[in-house]
Amino acid sequence: MRQTVAALLAKDLVLELRTREAVPAMVLFSITTYVVFHFGLDRNSIDGDLASGVLWVTVLFAAILGINRLFVAEHEQGGFDGFLLAPVDRTAMFVAKAIALFAFLCVVELLAVPAFAVLLLGPSLGQALPELLLVLLAANAGIAVVGTLVAALAIQTRARDLMVPLLVLPLLVPVVLGAARASAPLLAQGGAGPLPGDWLALLALYDLLFALIAYAVFDFLLED
Amino acid sequence: MLTTAFALVFFYAPTDADQGIVQKIFYVHVPMAIVALCGFVAGAVLAIAHLRTGDRRWDMRSYVAIHLSIVLAVGVLLTGSIWARQAWGQWFVWDEPMLVVFLIVFLLYATYQPLRFSIEDPEKQARYASVFAITAGAFVPLCFGAVRMAENLTHPQAATMTTSGPASVSQTFLVSLLGMGLLFVTLCKYEMASKNATSKLRSLRRRLAGDDEFGALPTGRSAAPTL
Repeated sequence: MRQTVAALLAKDLVLELRTREAVPAMVLFSITTYVVFHFGLDRNSIDGDLASGVLWVTVLFAAILGINRLFVAEHEQGGFDGFLLAPVDRTAMFVAKAIALFAFLCVVELLAVPAFAVLLLGPSLGQALPELLLVLLAANAGIAVVGTLVAALAIQTRARDLMVPLLVLPLLVPVVLGAARASAPLLAQGGAGPLPGDWLALLALYDLLFALIAYAVFDFLLED
Repeated sequence: MLTTAFALVFFYAPTDADQGIVQKIFYVHVPMAIVALCGFVAGAVLAIAHLRTGDRRWDMRSYVAIHLSIVLAVGVLLTGSIWARQAWGQWFVWDEPMLVVFLIVFLLYATYQPLRFSIEDPEKQARYASVFAITAGAFVPLCFGAVRMAENLTHPQAATMTTSGPASVSQTFLVSLLGMGLLFVTLCKYEMASKNATSKLRSLRRRLAGDDEFGALPTGRSAAPTL
């Protein structure tokens, strides 16, 4: 199982490094979204609730781009068939894809969050950074798990690009809620407030629950 | 049963002092919401049965339960906003978690039909729809559990309202709940019967047409599962 996951993950990461398909697009999309928010809100700098809302909505929409692309290579070039022929556990595919999506999101945020701090954020990010990283990691895990499940579900439908946002947005509302509430005091004007632990706990609970559900039902998405 | 419930609503239960006649909608709204949510969860349980056994009839049952729950959910949102208009002066209140969660759940399940519709292979359609039903079905209690924990007290909780009021309120409420549940089950039965009849009719027609070249009748694509 571990070897399979490692092999699949390495394949995904090499593919992304060579083709550079998803991650650059997601980063570019995030930065464009900040510009759109700048004009849409007509504000030069934002803080607190508003900043955290803008940050998380942008992350979510950028994640949808990645989720859309997640299984495209497998679907178009018959990777699913090859995987099904191999005598390995099918859940390995889920684990590998979720880790890959998690890694993509981390890389995107590595570039998009500093861009956010430079372009839009009023207060400096300095001392709140470790706590913000914690929230980012917890939210990324949730997005990766739910996104992988939905991507596998939507890849077989005719209107794939349409189904992914429709399915993912309602399912990820708790993640956005938890992450936005948890990071709002970190981005507040005049010094970062303490991290609200209960929202972080909600995020962790959500991650755990959906990881279990996805682990249980993913097998049925690959049977053919 | 539902008629009895409505009769009780109008003649037996006391009219709310400060909300007047609009408060009566409570006896429709709350049972409808509870039954719709239970229907969603039931759809998930039936979907688990489908995935375990591979029997398409379970998928049909799951579909029917979710389908009717969506219809009820539309009713819940409509009656709820009428009530909210009267009680709080606004059609929709954003800082009220119960409303928002119900809206999210409704939006999630609204994609169930398009999802089914966009998968052509019927067997795959059934399996994917079941996976969706399980995921979404787990999402429902999670969300409402989180809301209950957050405890915002603007939305009158069904439990507190029935226990604190006079006995006639809780009796009427229970009768309404029972009536709504029975209505749901009856509608499920009817829809199942109609779906079975349609598929039987289709197979009979196919047999009548025999090996006639034009025997393959255009069945029309549909989101509903076929047996």
